[in-house]
Amino acid sequence: MQSSNGRPHGDGGGSENASGHHDGQGPASEDMRYRDPWYDALASGWGEGEATGAPVAPVPAPRREGQAAPRVGAAAEVYLEVQRSAAFQEVRSRYRRFVVPAVAVFFVWYVAYIVAATTAPGFMARPVAGAVNVALLAGLGQFLTTFLFAWAYARHARLRRDRAALELRWDTQELTRGAAQGGAS
Amino acid sequence: MTGDHQTLALLLFSVFVAITLAITTWVSRHRQGSAEEFYAGGRLFSPLENGFAIAGDYASAASFLGVPGLIVLFGYDGVLYVVGFLVGWLVVLFLVAELVRNCGRFTLADVVAARMSERPVRIAAGTSSVTVSVLYLVAQMVGAGSLVALLLGRTGGAAQAWTVIGVGALMVIYVSLGGMRATTWIQIVKAVVLLGGTVVLTVLVMVRFHGDIDRLLLTAAQHSGHGDAFLAPGLKYGGDWTARLDFISLGLALVLGTGGLPHILSRFYTVPTARAARRSAIWSIGLIGAFYLMTIVLGFGAAAIVGPEAVRGSNAAGNTAVPLLALNLGGGADSTGGTVLFAVVAAVAFATILAVVAGITLASSASVAHDLYASLRRRSGRQRGEVAVARVAAVGIGVVAIGLGLLARDLNVAFLVGLAFAVAASANLPVLLYSLFWRGFTTRGAVWAVYGGLIPALVLVVLSPVVSGSPDSLFPGVDFQFFPLQNPGIVSVPLGFLAGWLGTVTSAEPPDEAKHAETEVRSLTGAGAV
Repeated sequence: MQSSNGRPHGDGGGSENASGHHDGQGPASEDMRYRDPWYDALASGWGEGEATGAPVAPVPAPRREGQAAPRVGAAAEVYLEVQRSAAFQEVRSRYRRFVVPAVAVFFVWYVAYIVAATTAPGFMARPVAGAVNVALLAGLGQFLTTFLFAWAYARHARLRRDRAALELRWDTQELTRGAAQGGAS
Repeated sequence: MTGDHQTLALLLFSVFVAITLAITTWVSRHRQGSAEEFYAGGRLFSPLENGFAIAGDYASAASFLGVPGLIVLFGYDGVLYVVGFLVGWLVVLFLVAELVRNCGRFTLADVVAARMSERPVRIAAGTSSVTVSVLYLVAQMVGAGSLVALLLGRTGGAAQAWTVIGVGALMVIYVSLGGMRATTWIQIVKAVVLLGGTVVLTVLVMVRFHGDIDRLLLTAAQHSGHGDAFLAPGLKYGGDWTARLDFISLGLALVLGTGGLPHILSRFYTVPTARAARRSAIWSIGLIGAFYLMTIVLGFGAAAIVGPEAVRGSNAAGNTAVPLLALNLGGGADSTGGTVLFAVVAAVAFATILAVVAGITLASSASVAHDLYASLRRRSGRQRGEVAVARVAAVGIGVVAIGLGLLARDLNVAFLVGLAFAVAASANLPVLLYSLFWRGFTTRGAVWAVYGGLIPALVLVVLSPVVSGSPDSLFPGVDFQFFPLQNPGIVSVPLGFLAGWLGTVTSAEPPDEAKHAETEVRSLTGAGAV
């Protein structure tokens, strides 16, 4: 499942790639990478053609000089470093670019619905077809948009975030492990 | 009600109890007593299983009994409830499910405490979680009580009290013996039973009206005595501006509260990854959405077929609309079909209540043992001890819920749940969102956010017409009513957010950049997740 569209090293975001050390990956081998028990096939085919779902840049390797630091400090340093990495920033901004507008839209739509229900009952009572009025349609619309938003979010996360996040996860865990060992020795 | 109803319903219900007890025994046969197992069921449930379990946890008596009851009595205003119940899931899906799964271990406090000074934050978040859970439990207990009063044909009195006590005792057994694994399986069984029962009733309603929704709605409006107004908002929340504001307040609480419900958050810890948490949330949105659409049909169906008079006569708050509808759909009180269907619905409702009650009890006992006890008893690091405390806590919470359930038994179940949501939205959601998304958030901000939402919410409820000052209130004899709204959400939710912000900007301690980086990286990637 992972081989088809694996990791296009270097492409898909050259500018963000500046900090990447490609060979600093360590033993996070390909078969380790997707050992997520419920990580089923990544939607084979549709929507993935643009190769946007692929991660952008690998996390930089732990700094050599960081190894002298005490254990806890080294682990904390790893998280700070990952947080600053282009790959993580990309995952985060993809998440936020979807979630922030989506939350804003559904929240405003929902508040508009309840405010209309309480302040404009006349409008809500306006018949549309038979016994069905605006209020019933709006309520049904809330159900529909909820289903749609849920579907869109799942799709967005699956295609645009999951793969990159999973790679970051293993990379980060490698780094924290490395940092812990480095500090101990 | 005739003896047949009772016998059959009690028989079916006994079967459910027997099955669930068997599950409890079965899953706890190789119990090791680890916290991982007790609180999170070993974290190996699949998204589908967890999705059903979430639906089972969420579709409570408030939804199955309370919402159709509200629709029968107030028409469209009952629909407003379910919309809030469902839309709130988007908050869970977008902002909470995955991130909480990645950052926490067992409770809400885990997520917050990871970034902050642990003790005060755990105590605060643990307290608010337990408060929310107890309020929610009371609602379920009241639902159980009113159901039995109907089933045994007399309102109030000893039967109702004994049911509340019986439900409480059963849930303590499930939780303390079976932990999360048993609770989850009970939720799954219950979700299947509940959805099955709802589908059957919905189909019967549609058959009765030959699939003509229009006619269903028109008949409902006709029999309601309100005419067309029945199908438009305003019957319950229309009157003066207080009532309208009250509804907006409730709507906010419903949509923001779901993300702060401890028993929902703890469900996401039962799957292995954030991705699985997301997929269980998607499953649950589908299941819950379908279920709520059907409860709307049942509500209007009950209005059309049973009528508000009969429903109100049986239970003033409308909680018995669905059982009455089932009786009628089966062919009436004296027919075999009616008897069977009524018994099935009563048993389903019981099962619903039991399962939800078990889920909440488990979540709150986790808060007591993992957050409160572990913090107050400085270093009692032994996990064995913690799980033992959780089992004892389940008993304690059961006793409290039974007591309050007996006290509050005449309030509408859906309304009581609305209160629980308001407290969850005010006390739990601000602190959760701030810790996940705000770089500068500090310990003081976290503590203030919790108490700044929790205390106003509770104080406003105590000062509201629910507790005193009106004929329907808990203590009708006295009057210390001060706050006009029944639901405090519109005031207390912003206060929670405000208090968190205020605490943060006034705190002397600088925010911990590294801890924030850790939370952010872990929440979005799952690195280091357990």
